[in-house]
Amino acid sequence: MRPMLRTHGSKFRPSWMGSEKKMTTTPAELVRLTAAQMAAKLRAGEITAVELTQAHLDRIAAVDGTINAFLHVSAEEALETAAEVDKIRAAGGTGAQALHPLAGVPIAVKDLIVTKGQPTTAGSKMLQGWMSPYDATVVEKIRAAKLPILGKTNLDEFAMGSSTEHSAYGPTRNPWDTGRIPGGSGGGSAAAVAAFEAPLALGTDTGGSIRQPGAVTGTVGTKPTYGSVSRYGAIAMASSLDQIGPVARTVEDAALLHELIGGHDPKDSTSLPEEVPAFSEHARNHQLTGLRIGIIKQLQGEGYQAGVLARFQEALEALRSAGAEIVEVDCPSFDYALGAYYLIMPSEASSNLARYDGVRYGTRVLPEEGPLTIERVMGATRAAGFGEEVKRRIILGTYALSAGYYDAYYGSAQKIRTLIQRDFEAAFEQADVLISPTAPTVAFPLGAKLDDPLAMYLNDIATIPANLAGVPGISVPGGLSYDENEQGLPVGIQFLAPAREDARVYHAAGALEKLLQTDAEPLWAQIPELAETAGAASSSVVEGAN
Amino acid sequence: MSEISRADVEHLAKLAHIAMTDAELEKMTSELGVIVDSVKQVQEAAGADVPATSHPLPLTNVFREDVVGHVFTAEESLANAPDAEDSRFKVPAILDGE
Repeated sequence: MRPMLRTHGSKFRPSWMGSEKKMTTTPAELVRLTAAQMAAKLRAGEITAVELTQAHLDRIAAVDGTINAFLHVSAEEALETAAEVDKIRAAGGTGAQALHPLAGVPIAVKDLIVTKGQPTTAGSKMLQGWMSPYDATVVEKIRAAKLPILGKTNLDEFAMGSSTEHSAYGPTRNPWDTGRIPGGSGGGSAAAVAAFEAPLALGTDTGGSIRQPGAVTGTVGTKPTYGSVSRYGAIAMASSLDQIGPVARTVEDAALLHELIGGHDPKDSTSLPEEVPAFSEHARNHQLTGLRIGIIKQLQGEGYQAGVLARFQEALEALRSAGAEIVEVDCPSFDYALGAYYLIMPSEASSNLARYDGVRYGTRVLPEEGPLTIERVMGATRAAGFGEEVKRRIILGTYALSAGYYDAYYGSAQKIRTLIQRDFEAAFEQADVLISPTAPTVAFPLGAKLDDPLAMYLNDIATIPANLAGVPGISVPGGLSYDENEQGLPVGIQFLAPAREDARVYHAAGALEKLLQTDAEPLWAQIPELAETAGAASSSVVEGAN
Repeated sequence: MSEISRADVEHLAKLAHIAMTDAELEKMTSELGVIVDSVKQVQEAAGADVPATSHPLPLTNVFREDVVGHVFTAEESLANAPDAEDSRFKVPAILDGE
């Protein structure tokens, strides 16, 4: 157990807190509320957006030295937005009424999503110092709704990885055990939310990069239906698979954020021209009677840790007792999903990443010797700017797309995609939603799989089918695993629904979340207290710790 | 065993414009071999009569309105350029000078 240190004891009160009587919730309690609770307190005038934002900035200053969830913190901008919300609310009238329900609730943004006025690196040296001249559509929506943006979160370089260890800026650590990975590629967003550095975050999911980090950090993450949230401004990895989605601590919070970022965007030609349903209402509907839940035969058993399967069985029991009908569905082509994914994704990535040529933006590196021709400058730039995993995938993709191999590899993989879609169609005739463990294992120790790319790729075995078929998926906490070597680490349960039926995953996940809160306490309330590192904003720790 | 040779990887690296050292080529050759062997099984399952899917939810005829939208100024466009001159990107020599 780590020593328990608190930044804000009775002895120390930061100046922003003002008088005693106004502050009824301590900063430590504030950051542990759900986004929905924060929003309610803001509306009721019990707290101000500036207090709420500052509490999160202080938390970041105190623990992010350990967690490394953030690549950039934008304190000034976040506080400006918060002050604006407070001003509008104080003025009352139609302005206050027109405020978005989440106005003033802070949010973190995965550093794969471009932001004007804040750096965007994609976790790569290639984009070090690059400033996007425009905002992603989801960022525009967040700004319009006045959610203070706390900063940009860490990720595997260009979202390629399942552990956040492939970031050029060092790994993020799992708040449940700082010697372990937070999942990936969106480990920064998941860890920030799990460590109470932010109540909400944005992620991107190409093969599980929102759901698998959610699973191993005990938080909630949704991969929406392909095209239901605009991808304009998400730095492209594999365009036919990439999807932006919400990261939160509760199903309702994820649903609220999904409602805000969803909807048609003319700037994204793959965006679905459809209305956004009220997902949060479905998240609050805990009625399970008659809901048909399909267990996917192929996504359990061999390769899944015993501790993960134990929690999965418990979840099934809980759902069955609450009135759900559990059936088993057969999806034989899922056995080929990982293979198809590791042909399609690198192929599309090798093409998408061709733009990093050191000509118009990003890093340019000159070769140490020889003539400075553009080909040689490109070769040196891409050698220095890309990390090992990115190079591996570019080379693999170049191979799969090259003459003579295209039909055998890329072509075959696209056929598997059709077969997987057919499996989903057949399964959804028998069940309203499908269920599986989100990831085969709990968080593994840092470095454990770095030298074995194939072992790393297996992390996404249960999440990949949804991306290949474009269907929505969610990961919701399913309790803690108690295996031989893995004690008290979170397990994620995944729900999948047909395309455009994202509401169903919120319904099923919301109901399971409620069922598993046996002590009326959510799983994340059990996250170990983090040792707060000494820094400018947490000088009281040094004083208090003597 | 995989049919990928070191010469293949060297060629792929050239196509992908990534300069690689001998040690990197060596490592990449063995890693790529393992990965390609493991994904090969997709060929067995993909029958000749199965159509290919390139996008999960295909949309057709997606056009924008034919009106001028937002346009970046030259200054904005060049703000991130590694090298620029006279409002233009400055590119290394296209042809080998020798």
